[in-house]
Amino acid sequence: MTPQPEIIIRPHRDWWQIDWAEIFRYRDLLLIFVWRDFIAKYKQTILGPAWFVIQPILTTIVFNVIFSRVAKIPTDGLPPTLFYMAGLLTWNYFANVFSANANTFTNQAQVFSKVYFPRLIVPFSITISNLLAFSLQLATFFCFWAWFRFFTPAGDQIVLGWNVLLFPLVIVQTGIAGLGVALIFSALNAKYRDLAFLLSFITQSWMYATPVIYALSRIPENWRWLANLNPLTQPVEATKLLLLGTGTINPLDYAQSVIITLLLFAIGLSMFHRAERTFVDTV
Amino acid sequence: MRKPIIEVNGLGKCYRLGQIGMTSLRESINRSWRKFTGRTLPGDENKSAQEFWAVRDISFKVERGEVIGIIGRNGAGKSTLLKLLSRITDPTVGEARLRGRVASLLEVGTGFHPELTAKENIYLNGAILGMTRAEVTRKLDEIVDFAGVEKFLDTPVKRFSSGMYVRLAFAVAAHLEPEILIVDEVLAVGDADFQKKALGKMSEVSTQIGRTVLFVSHQMSAISKICKRTLLFSEGRIKADGQTEDVINLYLGNEEENGNSIFHAKIPDVTKKPMVIKSCAVTDNSGNPASIIRSSEQIKLLTKIRCLDFIPGSCMAYCLVDRHLRRVFLKFIKIESPVTKELETEFTIRPNLLVPGSYTWSVAIVIPNVRLIDGHENICRFTIRDDGTDLINPESEDYGCVILSQSDYTHSQINC
Repeated sequence: MTPQPEIIIRPHRDWWQIDWAEIFRYRDLLLIFVWRDFIAKYKQTILGPAWFVIQPILTTIVFNVIFSRVAKIPTDGLPPTLFYMAGLLTWNYFANVFSANANTFTNQAQVFSKVYFPRLIVPFSITISNLLAFSLQLATFFCFWAWFRFFTPAGDQIVLGWNVLLFPLVIVQTGIAGLGVALIFSALNAKYRDLAFLLSFITQSWMYATPVIYALSRIPENWRWLANLNPLTQPVEATKLLLLGTGTINPLDYAQSVIITLLLFAIGLSMFHRAERTFVDTV
Repeated sequence: MRKPIIEVNGLGKCYRLGQIGMTSLRESINRSWRKFTGRTLPGDENKSAQEFWAVRDISFKVERGEVIGIIGRNGAGKSTLLKLLSRITDPTVGEARLRGRVASLLEVGTGFHPELTAKENIYLNGAILGMTRAEVTRKLDEIVDFAGVEKFLDTPVKRFSSGMYVRLAFAVAAHLEPEILIVDEVLAVGDADFQKKALGKMSEVSTQIGRTVLFVSHQMSAISKICKRTLLFSEGRIKADGQTEDVINLYLGNEEENGNSIFHAKIPDVTKKPMVIKSCAVTDNSGNPASIIRSSEQIKLLTKIRCLDFIPGSCMAYCLVDRHLRRVFLKFIKIESPVTKELETEFTIRPNLLVPGSYTWSVAIVIPNVRLIDGHENICRFTIRDDGTDLINPESEDYGCVILSQSDYTHSQINC
């Protein structure tokens, strides 16, 4: 057994003193949590993993009918199905990470009040395990992508270049953004339990504030700065650009989105850290 | 010289009573709005003023390899101390230094997932308790063997009986290899055989492998078996720290003043009552007043009566009330016509009838359903201390008032 540093227990650890070395020592727990989430999801129902595929397809169908056929919102000249699916791909990952972690303290109260481990392990592991749903959705997307690319006349517009290799970075950013927002929310929710009721409302409105059903290019130039304050705007646009070849991205806006993401994450870490110190007292 | 493995200096934890429990956002906003407008309600200030120190001024040192017992009544601060040392919550003041890897066992089976198999749960639970995957793999056979679940290794634990579940959970915990092990009452699970096995494992861990153990329990027999040194907690402070035997005796003996188990009536010089109760006292087997009675002892109530004018048909009424103010029984016993003016009654209850806990007497002289001649309520408070009932953790579970012994009931089971 490796020698352990002395553990000092005293009041008021400051927020920046997050013990990253300790989190690293608990990496096995992180992996086991991720693996537990996989297994548990897989075991619960036969349809379990299939839901990850069915749900975005259903949403895409609904969007097709409502926003494309009825409301006739243009989709940057792309086939609406692919347009919505690409947007939902990144958006859903964000939304799943957010909602799965938003109630960390209340969901884990039982465990947190009985055993110590770095609390951040839980949201970290959930963020990673949500990549399972994401990959299934990505695979589904590419099935549709291939069909539209090779078997429909609109296929020529769809471009998939080498820059698709940047896509994982976009997803990492999306995960960090979702985690950051969730950490903030769960810290608030630990104190004010009634916030949980707001969760689905926040997620839903946030989606409409993000270019999922519309293209950023539809927003007038002088209002784009507002849309770009939303850290998800650029990643969702980037997804469409990287996977379909059309999207409104510029480096400055993207840098801003990354900075806002990191800012949210830092705020989330500090609020979470504050809440974890004495959360158990209020259970 | 090596530094002590655990060093606690002036540790304290304060709860603000007004803030315990969840606040709703509305409440919070309301309060700050009222503060802002200067119209505070009387409750607002009180809320922040009410402080409760769950533990206070706790200082002690533990050397490597020591096994320390921690005892005290419920609410004395034992569990809070363990929570602080296990880093589940932060202290309000003070400091503690732990020089070694800590594993705390405040509950068995924390984080078990019902859908996962026994084997998978061993890995999961082991990791939650701080083991690495490699360590669990190394210990897997031992754990499985200890729990006796070889045949069910690939069965989801949701299909386990509660006994198997607990055995498995304890087995994982028992095979941790921390330098400091913090254990809270977990032995109070499983059947008697398993408890014995678990206790054996605990003392093996401490004596042979030389771990440091902090062990909270209500079971004095368990404490005295494995701990040399014991801390007694009372009202959030350490009341005694020393040899286990001495501390346990102190705890069982004079934890409460003996005074209130004796009751002296204030009798006016001139009384119209023909019969009066002069005094009542709860005593132990040998007739000495005692406020703590062991559950294996008889409970005696001595009552002195002055009988100026005997009333035929009068009865002693003995009524016992438990700590939840429930009436345990009411018994009328006829008073025989006395020869002298002063008389004494002795009412005895057999051992192992009443559930451990505190009780008070109400004693009266009455003509049943007709007339109260003299009487006193809620006197002679005494506590029955568990010294070997088959109840598990009687201080935290409400077992009612009466212990049913084998001869009191029958129970049959029919397989349909």
